[in-house]
Amino acid sequence: MDLQPIIEFKDFSFQYYSQVEPTLYNINLSILPGEKILIVGPSGSGKSTLGNCINGLIPFAYDGEITGELLINHASTQDKNIFELSKCIGTVLQDSDAQFVSLTAGEDIAFSLENDNVPNAEMHEQVKKVSRMVDMQNWLTSSPFELSGGQKQRTTLAGVLVNDVDILLFDEPLANLDPATGKTAIEIIEEICSSVNKTIIIIEHRLEDVLHRFVDRIIVINEGRIIANTNAHALVSSNILTKTGIREPLYVTALKYAGVPITESIQPGYIISVKAHQCKDALTTWQASIQPPQVQEEKPTVLKVENLTFSYDGIRNVLEEINFELKEGEMVSLIGKNGSGKSTLSKLICGFEKPGQGTISYRGNDIRDKSIKERAEIIGVVLQNPNQMISKNLIFDEVALGLRFRKVPEEEIIPRVEKVLDICGLAPFIEWPISALSYGQRKRVTIASILVMGPEILILDEPTAGQDYRHYTEIMEFLVEINKMGVTIMLITHDMHLMLEYTPRALVLADGHLIADAPASSVLTDLQIIQKANLKETSLYHLAQMADIPDSTGFVQGFINYERKLKNR
Amino acid sequence: MNAKTKLFSYDIVDSPIHSLSGLTKLICFLLLTFAVMYSYDIRVILAVMLFAALIMKLSKIKFSQIKLMVLYVLIFVLTNAVISFLFAPEMGVEIYGTRTVVIDLPGKFDITAEQLLYSTTKLFKYTSVIPFGIIFLLTTNPSEFASSLNRIRVHYKIAYAVALTLRYFPDVQRDYHDISQAQQARGLELSRKASLFNRIKNGLLIIIPLIFSSLDRIETISNAMDLRGFGKSNTRTWYTSRKMKSNDYVAIFISALIFIATASVSIFINKSRFYNPFI
Amino acid sequence: MFKITTRTIVAIGIGAALFMLLFMYVKIPSPIPETSFMTAYGLGAFMATVFGPIAGGLIQFIGHALSDAIQYGSPWWSWVIASGVAGFLYGFAFKRTRVEKGEFKGKDILTFNVIQIIGNVIAWVIVAPVLDILIYQEPVNLVITQGLVAALMNSISAGVFGTLLLIAYSATRTKKGSLSKS
Repeated sequence: MDLQPIIEFKDFSFQYYSQVEPTLYNINLSILPGEKILIVGPSGSGKSTLGNCINGLIPFAYDGEITGELLINHASTQDKNIFELSKCIGTVLQDSDAQFVSLTAGEDIAFSLENDNVPNAEMHEQVKKVSRMVDMQNWLTSSPFELSGGQKQRTTLAGVLVNDVDILLFDEPLANLDPATGKTAIEIIEEICSSVNKTIIIIEHRLEDVLHRFVDRIIVINEGRIIANTNAHALVSSNILTKTGIREPLYVTALKYAGVPITESIQPGYIISVKAHQCKDALTTWQASIQPPQVQEEKPTVLKVENLTFSYDGIRNVLEEINFELKEGEMVSLIGKNGSGKSTLSKLICGFEKPGQGTISYRGNDIRDKSIKERAEIIGVVLQNPNQMISKNLIFDEVALGLRFRKVPEEEIIPRVEKVLDICGLAPFIEWPISALSYGQRKRVTIASILVMGPEILILDEPTAGQDYRHYTEIMEFLVEINKMGVTIMLITHDMHLMLEYTPRALVLADGHLIADAPASSVLTDLQIIQKANLKETSLYHLAQMADIPDSTGFVQGFINYERKLKNR
Repeated sequence: MNAKTKLFSYDIVDSPIHSLSGLTKLICFLLLTFAVMYSYDIRVILAVMLFAALIMKLSKIKFSQIKLMVLYVLIFVLTNAVISFLFAPEMGVEIYGTRTVVIDLPGKFDITAEQLLYSTTKLFKYTSVIPFGIIFLLTTNPSEFASSLNRIRVHYKIAYAVALTLRYFPDVQRDYHDISQAQQARGLELSRKASLFNRIKNGLLIIIPLIFSSLDRIETISNAMDLRGFGKSNTRTWYTSRKMKSNDYVAIFISALIFIATASVSIFINKSRFYNPFI
Repeated sequence: MFKITTRTIVAIGIGAALFMLLFMYVKIPSPIPETSFMTAYGLGAFMATVFGPIAGGLIQFIGHALSDAIQYGSPWWSWVIASGVAGFLYGFAFKRTRVEKGEFKGKDILTFNVIQIIGNVIAWVIVAPVLDILIYQEPVNLVITQGLVAALMNSISAGVFGTLLLIAYSATRTKKGSLSKS
C-alpha cells in the first residue's frame, strides 16, 4: 500500500510570542490516513501545542513564530485558515462543559452547520443521522445540565462528526470522565475509527486507559521534542515512560515487582494482549512473598454519620440512610458517579446544607448547631479548582485570611502561617504573588489556607484532576505527609489509581445510597459495585485472572501491601 | 440550594400561545410594549391591559408562577407614585392645564384631580407592560430566543452572545454558590452588621475568584467556537428557528392592529399623547 | 477598539451572565437608605476596560435587561439603555491603561476613573432621565435627582470594585522571572 501522509510535520518548530524559548523543536512526523495515533507526554511537554498546530488554533488564536512546514492533506497550513481546517479536522476538547456552547444537545451538534448556513430542514436531517452514531438521538432537546459527562462528550463528538471531517483530534478526552465513562469513550472512538475510517489522534497522559483499545502508534513528546514514535509493546518495554514521568500501566508495574522481564515478546502493550499465563509462576511466588501489614490498633472515631437522609426539593432523596465512621488519621476515598450524592454529602458534613434526618457527630458530639464557620475549625474543605478559592494577591495574605477573619492577633498569625507554608513546601515563595505560581502550587496554597485553621478532618474534591503523573504524585505525597501528622483525610475522586495507591478504605455512593464501605482492593474487584458506581475493574485484577491466580482480589490487595511497604507508608 | 438549571421557568405546555414561534412572540412583545409606552391615555392603557389578561388566561400561566414579580412591581409603582407626588405635586396640573382641587392640604401638597389622573395613568402604564414580558418569558423556549433576535435584524454574533448568557448563567450561579460557601467556611460573614469598608472587602473575596475563574473559561469557549467555524460568514442559520404558520401571522396582525389603534387614538382623537378630560 | 472577535462575543456572553448574578444578588447596602452599591457596575467597568466598549455596552445592556425580566417580568428600558450607554463609555478606558502589561497604578487608576465617572454622569444624569421623561413623563426634578444619586452610587461602585479588580487582574499579567525565592 502506498499511502500519502494526511498530516506531515517537516522540521517544524513553534515559539509563542510571550515565551523565551520554543515550545516545539524540529518536529518531523508523518501520519497516514486511517491511522490511530496516541500522543503522550507530561504537562508542559508541548503535546497540546502540537494539537493546536494541527487544528489551526495556532496561529489563529495564539500568536507565535513558526519555522519549518506542516502539511495537511498535502497542502501547507500556512495557506489555510482555521475555518478551512475545521472542514477536515474535528477537535474534541477536554472540557466538554466549555465546548458545549448551546442550550440543548441538538443545537450543539448543529452548531457548525449553523455557521455554514445549512438550511434548517437539512440541518435537522443531518443532526438526526449523526446523533444516532453516538447514541444521543433521544436526548436532542436536553440541556447540558440534564446530561452526564459522557453524554456531553458524545454530543461534542457528534458536533465535529457532523462536518464529515477526515481527522479527529481528541485533546485529553478522559480528563473529566469517571472510569466507566472513560472506558466507553475509548470504545466509541475505536468504533468510529473502524466504521467510518477516520484518522484519529488522541492526546492524553493516561496511557493505560487509552490502551484499553489498540492504537497504531504512540508518539512520546518531552520538552518540545519527539522522543519516541513506536508501537505500544515497544514503548511499554522501554524505559521511556519512567524517564518522561508518564505512568506505566499498573499491570506492568506488578509484573516488574514480580521480577518478570518486560520485553516485546510478552506483548505488554495492552492488558488484553499481555501473555499473562507465561508469568504465572513469577506472579504466584511474588504474591506469596508479600507480608500482610501489621494490624494497627483501633483509633478513636472522629466523625460519625448516622442515618443521614437529605433532599433538596422534599420529593426526591439525594442521600438516604447514610451511615459511616471516620477514624482518627484515616485516609479514605469517597467515590461514585456524578450525581450520586458525593458533593452533597461533603456539603452536609461542612454544614453548607442542613440534613433532613440523621446526625453528624464529631468525637461523640452532635455538630448540628455549629455554624459553617465553627465547623471549619474541625472540618476543612478544599474545592477542586484552586482558582475558585484564591482571592488575595499574596500567598501570605491568602493563607492568613481565615485567621484574620477569626480576629487572631497578628503576632500569632505570622508564626502559624509560616509554619503551614513550611509544611506545604511554600516557604520559599512567601513573598510571591499567587499569579506567579503553577497550578499545583496554587492547589497547595488553597490546602495551606485551610490547614492554617487547624482542622482535624480535611475533605478534598478531586485533588488531582487534570494533573499529569508527576504533579499527581507531588500532590498525593504531600497529602500523605499531612495525613501522617494526624489529619484525617477524605478524598472525593474518580481516579482509581489514587484509590488503590493511597486510600486503604473506600466509601462508594450510588443513587444516594452507600453501597460499599470496604477496602479499595475489594471495591475495584467487585463487579456489582463497579457497575453501580461507574467504576472500572483494575487491570491488576485482569492480570491475576488471565494468569489463573485463584485469589484475584487477594492479588490486588497484595499489590497494595507491597507498594505501601516499598514506599514506606 | 437546589441548582436552578433553567434561567426562566419555561415549561412545555399545550396552549395557543406556546405554539406560536419565538419570533412571533418577540415581535408581538415589542409591538404591544411600544403601544403602551407611547400612549398616556388611561382608556387605551386599560384596554391593552384587558387584552393582556386575556392572553395570560389563554397561555395557562398560573398566578403562583408570577406572584413574586407582581409583588416587586407593586412595591415599585406605589413607591414611585408617592415619591413623584412629593417631588412634583403639580405635575398633573402642568400637563392637563387645569387645577381641580379634591382635597385641600397645607403647603403645596393639595391633591388635585389632575394629579390623580396623571398618577393613576402612570401606574397602569408601568404595570401594563409586565404581563407581556411575563407571557413572553414563560412561553418562549430559550433556545428560540437567539434565532428570533437574529431574525428581527440583530446581528447574529450579538444574538449568540445572548444565547451564551442564557447557557452559562446557571454555571456561573453554581460557581458563585460554591465559592461563597467555601469563603464562608473560612470565616467570611456577609451580614449587614459589618462596617461598610468590611462589606466591600468581603464582597470582593467572592467576586474576585468568581470573575477570574470565569475569565479562564472565556478563552476555552472561544477556542471551541472558532474550531467549529463560528463567525466564518456574515450570516448564520439556526437549528431552532421555526417556520411561520398561519396562527403566527394572525398574532402579529392583531398586535400590529393594537399598535396602530393606540397610535391613532393619540394622533387623531387626543391630538397629543395625553387624554385630557379636563377641557 | 471596536473589533469584534469570537473572544469578544464570548466575553459578552459570560460577562452578561456574571453581571446578572451580581446585579441580582451581590449588592452592598450603602449608608443612603433604599440604595446599595451595585457590584455589577464594577464588573462592567472592569470588562469594558479589558475587552472594549462594545463588550462593555452589551454586557451591561443584556445583563440588565435579563435581570429586569427575571425580577419584574419586563425590562425597564430607560434604565437598561442607560446601563448599556454607561458600559459602552467605560470602554473608552480600553487600551488607555497599562493593565495588560501588568501595571495598574497612579496614572492608570486616574485615567480609568475619569473615564468611568464621565460615563456614569452621561448615562445616569442625561440618558436615563431623558428617557424617563420621554416614555413615562416623570417629573424633571425627580428624574434628575434619581439620576444624580445613581451616577454617584455607580461611580463609587465602578470606581472601587473596578479599580480593585483591575489591580488584581494586572497582577495576573506579571511576567515571571523578576521573582526570587526568599
